[in-house]
Amino acid sequence: MPAVQETVERVKRIDVDQYRYGFETLIESDKAPKGLSEETVKFISEKKNEPAWMLQWRLEAYRRWLTMTEPTWARVDYPKIDFQDLYYYSAPKPKKTITSLDEIDPEILKTYEKLGIPLREVAMLEGVEPKPGEEDPNRRKIAVDAVFDSVSVATTFKAELKKAGVIFMPISEAIREHPELVQKYLGSVVPTSDNFYATLNSAVFSDGSFVYVPPGVRCPMELSTYFRINERNTGQFERTLIIADKGSYVSYLEGCTAPQRDENQLHAAVVELVTHDDAEIKYSTVQNWYPGNSEGKGGIYNFVTKRGDCRGNNSKISWTQVETGSAITWKYPSCILRGDNSRGEFYSIAISNGYQQVDSGTKMIHLGKNTSSRIISKGIAAGRSQNTYRGLVTAHRKATGARNFTACDSLLIGDKCGAHTVPYIEAKNSSATFEHEATTSKISEDVLFYCIQRGLTQEEAVGLVVNGFVKDVLQQLPMEFAVEAQKLISISLEGSVG
Amino acid sequence: MALLEVKDLKVRVEEREILHGLTLTVNEGEIHAIMGPNGSGKSTLSHVIAGKPGYEVTDGEILFKGEDLLAMAPNERAAKGVFLAFQYPVEIPGVSTMNFLRTALNAQRKARGDSEYSTPDFLKKVREVSKSLNIPQDMLKRGVNVGFSGGEKKRNEVLQMALFEPSLCILDEMDSGLDIDALRIAADGVNALHSPKRAMVVITHYQRLLNYIVPDVVHVMSKGRVVKSGAKDLALELESSGYAQYEDA
Ligand SMILES: Nc1ncnc2c1ncn2[C@@H]1O[C@H](COP(=O)(O)OP(=O)(O)OP(=O)(O)O)[C@@H](O)[C@H]1O
Ligand SMILES: [Mg+2]
Repeated sequence: MPAVQETVERVKRIDVDQYRYGFETLIESDKAPKGLSEETVKFISEKKNEPAWMLQWRLEAYRRWLTMTEPTWARVDYPKIDFQDLYYYSAPKPKKTITSLDEIDPEILKTYEKLGIPLREVAMLEGVEPKPGEEDPNRRKIAVDAVFDSVSVATTFKAELKKAGVIFMPISEAIREHPELVQKYLGSVVPTSDNFYATLNSAVFSDGSFVYVPPGVRCPMELSTYFRINERNTGQFERTLIIADKGSYVSYLEGCTAPQRDENQLHAAVVELVTHDDAEIKYSTVQNWYPGNSEGKGGIYNFVTKRGDCRGNNSKISWTQVETGSAITWKYPSCILRGDNSRGEFYSIAISNGYQQVDSGTKMIHLGKNTSSRIISKGIAAGRSQNTYRGLVTAHRKATGARNFTACDSLLIGDKCGAHTVPYIEAKNSSATFEHEATTSKISEDVLFYCIQRGLTQEEAVGLVVNGFVKDVLQQLPMEFAVEAQKLISISLEGSVG
Repeated sequence: MALLEVKDLKVRVEEREILHGLTLTVNEGEIHAIMGPNGSGKSTLSHVIAGKPGYEVTDGEILFKGEDLLAMAPNERAAKGVFLAFQYPVEIPGVSTMNFLRTALNAQRKARGDSEYSTPDFLKKVREVSKSLNIPQDMLKRGVNVGFSGGEKKRNEVLQMALFEPSLCILDEMDSGLDIDALRIAADGVNALHSPKRAMVVITHYQRLLNYIVPDVVHVMSKGRVVKSGAKDLALELESSGYAQYEDA
């Protein structure tokens, strides 16, 4: 039936247009055979030239994974994933070792150009070392460790970081160059047995970032990684490990966009953060994976385990996230407040439109004395989406004086979407003070009309009101991300009203 | 020349007819006052002119500068010069007044094909206007109308009017909730905008406002119609005799 075919084609085209970052790059890739087995795990480990202990670690995780079942408690609904029908490794074919950005595959550079973000900034970034006295404080530096599909292809700013003693490299390199650090910390926050997806990640993770900030060092720049899924049917299993040693500080930015495709794609990343005494990690994410088309088809499944361990006294971990993409998001960046006086923060904006399903939130586990945590969550649901905040705050028996403040606001746009708040609160000692506030509101017609009467279009009005709603959280993002995020929020709500 | 022509307008809200054939002509440079009892349809008329959703026009037409106003999207009407100072201005948390003013002004300019204001030009203009209205700069940093007093909200409406320079200003009870001084300041702001090309429609319950903003024409509205029009003395007359004589009109 040509008419039907034409409709299908048209929908596809509309979809490509709407998803600004929906394109694919034509580069040869190097794939593992389809499916998951010990052979796949060995293939990946071999590709990465890994030492024997790493392969062993992966294999143990794989065997453990075989005994586990997928969790079903989240408020998300999707067809069963056939884990044997996925590719677990894909890398751009390495030509030779890359020493400068000029040597990167022009196709890859073009991809970044279309994305309009990181490597295009290279020109600017190349004026790295301004002449003394001419430093522009407004132009903060960003080091970009670009992860393209599974392999890091570009690393900038290495020299300056090296001078400060900061290690920032693909984790695959760190496994070879700093095995003592990796062995000490990998899996120490998210153990290989932690949960179904984290265990899967442990077995087959392809690459990711590794950061170590030595004692007393304030990392001289924001560290940034841009992820991108490119190969059809390739699960992405990123692994990130960040360690802030005593009295150090680092701010890390993660952002991603993905090309449009038909099949659902699995993304199961693991991020582990460790702060020692008096150290601080600020981790910011802008997530914009392909959300699926207007009928809810396709889109990324984003099952992520992110956890920080405030291991030392007076240490701090702060998560800030802007979630706009993915068909399904299952994500709970958490803090274990182990050290006395340690502090955890979670600032989140989760936007769902179309048929997106978001189940996200955080866990604040208070173990040390006088630990404090703060949760500010802003959920925005539009279209036919479902947006759930799920949060856990617990105080251990020994966590005397623990304090938590949670504010959880949901905004509904239209009447076919849903927002849900599922807080779990558990205090095992009487000196803990936990405060929880939650609101759910509908975007007000009167407010929209007020804006429209002043000349804004319906969409501009929605964008403005929503950006106002999420302002507290946007302010937590580093400047360059906040601007990008604000644009993204408006883009992702296009077509949500009218 | 006629700026606004409302002809035999019939409007329904949720199946109930509220305006039953209303006719009103406002020429360039004129100030019109609309008075009338509660529920007579004054705000409804202003909403329909501005294009608020939820109102069904079943008959009649509205021409603005000779064009079919009802065929235009509400934001298009704003860009063409229709401004409504709301009886109840809303609050927009998290959106600073300054940002709001700038976004709106640039949206209107863009729709008209004008270039956007540069930041210094914009700031200069806002500073001038807010100073004349006695609006402190600090207030402009706060969320739109968030925590503003009643009087501050109304002044913020006049500020926007001054900034956007519309050709038709509809002021829906801008005097309600204002103390004497605030009323004078706001009225001065409105008078400063009076020009041969610009018309004002002032909706009010009190003749007092009309001592400050002197109307060319006063209309009495009752039960969804204009039942009497006259010169400014009509307002004084209403003040003493009330609306009773128009109830059965
Ligand atoms: N959304 C609505 N749904 C139902 N009835 C409405 C709605 N809006 C207005 N009305 C009715 O229309 C009539 C006119 O209301 P309107 O607000 O226009 O009066 P008004 O002249 O502005 O009164 P006031 O002087 O009290 O401001 C009232 O009876 C009111 O209840
Ligand atoms: Mg009224």
